[in-house]
Amino acid sequence: MELKKIALNDVHEKLGAKMMPFAGYNMPVRYSSDIEEHKTVREGVGVFDVSHMGEFWVEGPKAIELIQKVTSNDASKLVDGQAQYSCLPNEKGGIVDDLIVYRFNEEKYLLVVNASNIEKDFEHISKYNEAIGAELKDVSDDYSLFAVQGPKATEVLQKLTEVDLSAIKFYHFTVGSIGGANDVIISATGYTGSGGFELYVKNDLALPLWDAIFKAGEEADIKPIGLGARDTLRLEKGYCLYGNDIDETTSPLEAGLGWITKFTKDFVNSENLKKQKEEGVDRKLVGFILEEKGIPRKDYPIEDADGNQIGMVTSGSQSPMLEKGIGLGYVKKEFASPGTEIYIAIRKRKLKAKVEKLPLYKG
Amino acid sequence: MNIPKDLKYTKDHEWVKIDGDVVTVGITDFAQKELGDIVYVEVETEGEDIEQGETFGTVEAVKTVSDLFMPVSGNIIEFNEELESSPEKVNEDPYGEGWMIKIKVEDESQLEELIDAAEYEDLVG
Repeated sequence: MELKKIALNDVHEKLGAKMMPFAGYNMPVRYSSDIEEHKTVREGVGVFDVSHMGEFWVEGPKAIELIQKVTSNDASKLVDGQAQYSCLPNEKGGIVDDLIVYRFNEEKYLLVVNASNIEKDFEHISKYNEAIGAELKDVSDDYSLFAVQGPKATEVLQKLTEVDLSAIKFYHFTVGSIGGANDVIISATGYTGSGGFELYVKNDLALPLWDAIFKAGEEADIKPIGLGARDTLRLEKGYCLYGNDIDETTSPLEAGLGWITKFTKDFVNSENLKKQKEEGVDRKLVGFILEEKGIPRKDYPIEDADGNQIGMVTSGSQSPMLEKGIGLGYVKKEFASPGTEIYIAIRKRKLKAKVEKLPLYKG
Repeated sequence: MNIPKDLKYTKDHEWVKIDGDVVTVGITDFAQKELGDIVYVEVETEGEDIEQGETFGTVEAVKTVSDLFMPVSGNIIEFNEELESSPEKVNEDPYGEGWMIKIKVEDESQLEELIDAAEYEDLVG
């Protein structure tokens, strides 16, 4: 498959980014150091180019009906200018993708999906749309997306817009002019747990906006941040990554996504999920912190004290803030309570870890 | 990219400094950049005889883990213990303070199999 390029591909290469194929796109994974970039976002402000993400418009009088059918969260609760984390359940108990649903107005919604799932999601939603007939359009190739994240994100971006950014509440958005770019979706969302905004901009205005952000951020020592740090930032906060922690075989209830699985409405596979909720799940996704030196990685076995396998790591890394190995993984439900001692099998060693409440990093 | 001319290299991105029948081994500047921030260097084979191509340890970076391979057969006579508390030395000074092990070479003819700086540059260029 030919690797797709995001609009600012050459900008990242000039900045010296290590570029790697990710979800079919050539993406910047690191500019300087994963740990430095991670701390920049936790303590200052950094910018991710996550233009590989997918965007679908859902419009017309049937828009809400389609969204309610395919997503697990209750989109009827949204007001104009509000966003919602949700997922697309499949028919077999698993998850097609996780996504954000933005309500522009009663008849206009934007779905933001993972890059690796754009085609799959579009097919899945289209299948249900046949009987419903909303206007569904994939505009993933038209938009760039910059996530400006960190405690200094608001002060930097405020220099570039007349929109009062502090008035945009978490998981709300507005459309406005910023850094000379018009019609930018300015969304108080992110995948870092450090606050900030995500800016959806048409590709032809992406470069001037990028440049304006970096100029405005000079004093705050703003830096470009790669996908490597994006992963460690989200892991410290215990946010799921599709393909690791959730996939076609994991139920949203097992994954701790009960809070976005609302049985106030009918949706794909809702009957079975409701039954699963009533009966309880056999395994649960938990966060854990290692008590010994070592780094857990995806697919490492999780064991009990006697060496019986009780689960599997789905994401793992060194936490730059805690300076310890951290991870997410599925364990049998008896081992899912915070404080439970578990062991991660790393090559020939078994390292002690403790199940922790999320987020793993509280700062 | 920094590829010192006076060292030998392996296709596994290790460098080898030859001093009689003892060689010092580390990973190259290219390798440390590819791995990113190194968090642990795990070598628990000090004192052991290990064959060429076998694993003598692992290096854990934030994002990835990688095995370390013996460039030649021999006995691991020393591990750079500084790396236990300061693994970042591998990133900061891969050919100097970031060295990993010293090997007493078993069969010096294996040294002939190592590649020189120009060949290594072709490999990573």
